Amino acid sequence: MTAVIERERRAFLTGNEVVAWAALAAGAEVMFGYPITPQNEIMHYWARLAPRYGRKFLQTEDELSAGYATIGAVLGGVKAFTATAGPGHVLMQEALAMAEMMRLPVVAIITQRGGPSTATVIYSQQEVNLACFGGNGEGFRLVYSVAGLQDLYEYTLKAFGMAWRYRLPTIVLGDGYQAKMRGPVKLFDPARQGIDTGMAAPFLGAAGTPGRERPPVHLRNTYNLEEELLAVVEEQARSFEQVAEQVAEYEEEKREGAAILLVAHGIVARAAQLAAGRLRRRGKAVGFFRPVTLRPFPETALRRAAFEAEMVLVAESAWGQLERLVRASLSGSEVPVQAYRRPGMGITPEELEEELEKILAARKSSGWSRGDEVAARAADATGLAP
Amino acid sequence: MKLQPEPQMPRVWRRESKPHRFCPGCGHPLALKALGEAVDDLDWQDRVVFGCDIGCSLLAWDFFDLDTVQTHHGRTLPVLVGLKRVRPELVPIAYMGDGGAYAIGVQHLVSAAARDEPVCSLVVNNAVYAMTGGQMAPTTLPGQKTETTPYGRDPALSGHPLKGAEMVAAVAAPEAYVARGSVANLRQLKRYLLRALQNPHFSLVEVLASCPTNWRTNAAETWEWVEKEMPRYFPLGELKGGVREEERR
Ligand SMILES: Cc1ncc(C[n+]2csc(CCOP(=O)(O)OP(=O)(O)O)c2C)c(N)n1
Ligand code: SF4
Repeated sequence: MTAVIERERRAFLTGNEVVAWAALAAGAEVMFGYPITPQNEIMHYWARLAPRYGRKFLQTEDELSAGYATIGAVLGGVKAFTATAGPGHVLMQEALAMAEMMRLPVVAIITQRGGPSTATVIYSQQEVNLACFGGNGEGFRLVYSVAGLQDLYEYTLKAFGMAWRYRLPTIVLGDGYQAKMRGPVKLFDPARQGIDTGMAAPFLGAAGTPGRERPPVHLRNTYNLEEELLAVVEEQARSFEQVAEQVAEYEEEKREGAAILLVAHGIVARAAQLAAGRLRRRGKAVGFFRPVTLRPFPETALRRAAFEAEMVLVAESAWGQLERLVRASLSGSEVPVQAYRRPGMGITPEELEEELEKILAARKSSGWSRGDEVAARAADATGLAP
Repeated sequence: MKLQPEPQMPRVWRRESKPHRFCPGCGHPLALKALGEAVDDLDWQDRVVFGCDIGCSLLAWDFFDLDTVQTHHGRTLPVLVGLKRVRPELVPIAYMGDGGAYAIGVQHLVSAAARDEPVCSLVVNNAVYAMTGGQMAPTTLPGQKTETTPYGRDPALSGHPLKGAEMVAAVAAPEAYVARGSVANLRQLKRYLLRALQNPHFSLVEVLASCPTNWRTNAAETWEWVEKEMPRYFPLGELKGGVREEERR
């Protein structure tokens, strides 16, 4: 297959266009989708681009069908994907639960919109619970929360690679802002940058007559006995825990003796990073931590960062969905966790700065023990600040 | 328990998973026998992919020496649609109950038929939800007693039985093949299945089938119901002829 993007180039694209290009570059053969804002343009661009590269598209009757048809294509041995949001994401979870049980490398791009229900078509981070733990299962899936257009390109490429390498359903979790915003992106051929986009192989219909030249493949997700199921899920859990160590990703800006560790994911992480940086330049001890994978969650790294801080502030465009993951990771520690919850609202660096200043002022007046401005300056001098 | 292979067992039946798990007198294994013989006649063991739904159909997840996937209730068709779109050389067959095909998965059936997806559906119409213990199905006959129509299905309350094959025939492309057979006539059923499998367009074969366990009928009553009672509401025959071998050349 010739590379879709032979020479690295800069382009000025929306997030949805970026996803279509990334899926092409990753070698996805087919997309199945059902219209929903803010995902629509992924389908629009894919439908336009796909025939030029010999790829396929089908607009299905609903997201159930889109999810299951993606499973069917994966079973046939090709890289396949779907994209949805909000109420469509709810329906998609039925197929994702089957993919989780049968370890099928389905890739789904989720552009979060406001919820619950139809809510807004614009933006939120309210689909974290669903992306991580939707379906009647244990959440054995990979969820990459992207923060910006370049991220969207690179993690969409990577999603195919990880899905096929580990045989896990993989979600690229974006949002309406990132889907619709336009900006500069560097497009490149993943092979030349050493990004693995996966090798697809058929689950069904491989060479040879089943029963004569090879055993038939009998794939199922139904079990008769409790013990049978337990054995299957225990094996999946063991394997997921192993994978977790290799794939958990995060980004952090450390701060020795940080008074506050600001934690955010997705596009909010960019605002958080800016806010934390500005405060540090003003001599305030604020660290920054962004989980890139929400499943598996980078627990160890977060614990390490949080234990060095006096408190943790979680900022998100949801009512405590990331916060719950953070609290679970920090269980047993005494680091207090505070939350800045703005479901369905964008979060600016300025409002985070203000919030951080408020917390710092309150803590100062109550006389905190360490991580004050002197320590912060000392850290700056040792070059620990980014 | 290891049974000697029955002499009349189709080649494509998997010996290791026999005896099968269906109840005595059940219509499913008869339908699967006709299907097995059709696959044998075509010698398509390397092309047919078997998809089974949730319902008593799931008991067939390891029934054949065919690559098989068992899916969720009502979702077998979209899985096979996705498979066929990327592997056109395969012949996928969706094995579903009337609940899976005509109730929870009906949007998939209607849409696959309307888009003329070249997949084959085999719908076992036993007039009940068998796997879940005998509730009313879309196909339950007027007056028929089930767990959720304990006084008999009253069309004024819960409508008339859904004629799935007729509904599909109405929306399917002219080249589609649609037929209704019965486990009471396996030669006819096999003939329908041969046409369905060979039709390079959408095809559906509904088969009237017995469920003595949920009907609570003895052997004679069961047969009477399948042979006489059901076809009064669900007439047998071909509703759409598909594309014949001669016409394709
Ligand atoms: C989404 C969902 N809803 C309900 C069920 C429970 N369920 C299992 S089988 C079945 C009905 C099966 O009836 P039918 O499709 O007619 O097949 P049969 O058992 O009669 O062969 C139902 C409702 C399920 N598995 N999944
Ligand atoms: S319950 Fe009915 S349909 Fe299911 S196996 Fe028994 S007889 Fe067959």
